[in-house]
Amino acid sequence: MSNKMHIKLNVNGEDHEFLAEPRELLIHTLRERLNLTGPHVGCETSHCGACTVTIDGKSVKSCTMFVAQANGAEVTTIEGIGSPDALHVLQESFREHHGLQCGFCTPGMITRASKLLEENPNPTEEEVRFGMAGNLCRCTGYQNIVKSILAAAAELNAVKEAAQ
Amino acid sequence: MIPAAFDYYRPNDVKGVIALLNEHGDDARVMAGGHSLIPMMKLRMAEVPHLIDLQDVVALKGIAIGGGRITLGALVTQHELIDHDGLAQTAPILRETARQIADPQVRYMGTVGGNVANGDPGNDMPGLMQCLNADFTLVGPDGERTVAARDFYEAAYMTAREDDEILVGVSFDAPKGGQAYEKQKRKIGDYATAAAAVVLTKENGTCTSASIAMTNLSDIPVFSQDASDALIGTSVEDNAIRAAVAAMLKDIDPVEDNRGPVAFKQHAASIILTRAIKSAWDRA
Ligand SMILES: Cc1cc2nc3c(=O)[nH]c(=O)nc-3n(C[C@H](O)[C@H](O)[C@H](O)COP(=O)(O)OP(=O)(O)OC[C@H]3O[C@@H](n4cnc5c(N)ncnc54)[C@H](O)[C@@H]3O)c2cc1C
Ligand code: FES
Ligand code: FES
Repeated sequence: MSNKMHIKLNVNGEDHEFLAEPRELLIHTLRERLNLTGPHVGCETSHCGACTVTIDGKSVKSCTMFVAQANGAEVTTIEGIGSPDALHVLQESFREHHGLQCGFCTPGMITRASKLLEENPNPTEEEVRFGMAGNLCRCTGYQNIVKSILAAAAELNAVKEAAQ
Repeated sequence: MIPAAFDYYRPNDVKGVIALLNEHGDDARVMAGGHSLIPMMKLRMAEVPHLIDLQDVVALKGIAIGGGRITLGALVTQHELIDHDGLAQTAPILRETARQIADPQVRYMGTVGGNVANGDPGNDMPGLMQCLNADFTLVGPDGERTVAARDFYEAAYMTAREDDEILVGVSFDAPKGGQAYEKQKRKIGDYATAAAAVVLTKENGTCTSASIAMTNLSDIPVFSQDASDALIGTSVEDNAIRAAVAAMLKDIDPVEDNRGPVAFKQHAASIILTRAIKSAWDRA
């Protein structure tokens, strides 16, 4: 048995401190320790992207990161992006454009898409497909996911323009 | 899928890393992005009682371009390679290769050092580094030494790096002329069925230098001197390309696996190398 480590994490703006084995995977920390069940476990083998969260400005598959690696980091999950009463533009857009069916991949999709739009606010369809290639969906065939993200980008840009 | 327990260390300089490797010997292993190592630990194919996370070792970060030479710190990520405008100018083959590795999430974490030190024949950077004739800089208890990428690989997961050494960076001359990395894979995020890195120069319609390396077609990356030589002095017409492909096929040694039988891999390697040569020649 290895020693437990003192871990500090800022998740969705809130500080957390706890003792954990370094080998604990971040996805389990989020889901089981912090009760943030938005990030999902799809494959557990770094392939599906359902567990995607943002860590210090990077989109990361949280099934492939030890909690020890994330010690001291800022983490954003889907819960920090929008809430049922105040949906993020991306969430609204996925609903509007049928960007989901069963919804299992959706938290990872939207978390990844939010980072993509931050880095590239005006992506082409090809750039959206390339930037979303780490997220698998078994239902939609991707067409409507791409449409949702492009529509959200247009909406966010319109809001920005109106504010200027 | 939870790996066996380990002790975790996060030193902030190379000296600290080497001291830990010295102290724990075979039981210790460094981790960069973890996107090759963690999956292996989860499958319990790698057992690492002492895990040394490199993320705080600032000396291993950064991209330097100067005097025609490019140096990449071991911790430079694939995402950074794609994002770096200076590199896109001086060595566009790096971006072209990195874009064909894994997917965006993996590329935020996966590093140059991890990719070339890993020793997995499926990794794309080793072949690229052989094509660029890169040098790998290693640091151990006795100081620093340099090993050419073309001499670094011994067998799958076996390299010239000693257990108590770490790779601190790679460096190479900014490639001149046309360059291309072509990769055949079954789907996004897959390792290569066959991939080819080509750099060549053109003067008055004649090829004056060429370098060709192949990925995942042997238990190590394959730099093919004969394939490179087959292009030099030609105008890279179809006959010359066929000669280069024939020479390459003598140097690779693919095995049958879930990406296909040997004959299929040779066929894919031929097509991919032909495409890479044509593309590099067009760009030269
Ligand atoms: C879904 C998926 C798809 C992928 N597809 C591809 C692909 O198509 N092509 C490809 O090339 N790769 C692919 N990869 C691998 C990915 O690029 C890895 O991240 C990379 O190969 C290793 O980099 P890392 O920083 O994650 O290394 P780690 O996983 O941290 O380390 C890998 C090995 O290298 C050693 N090591 C790391 N850094 C050093 C150092 N500085 N000195 C000495 N030893 C060191 C470690 O001890 C370990 O043995 C894929 C990975 C995943 C999860
Ligand atoms: S659960 Fe992490 S990538 Fe599938
Ligand atoms: S909506 Fe079902 S997996 Fe994407």
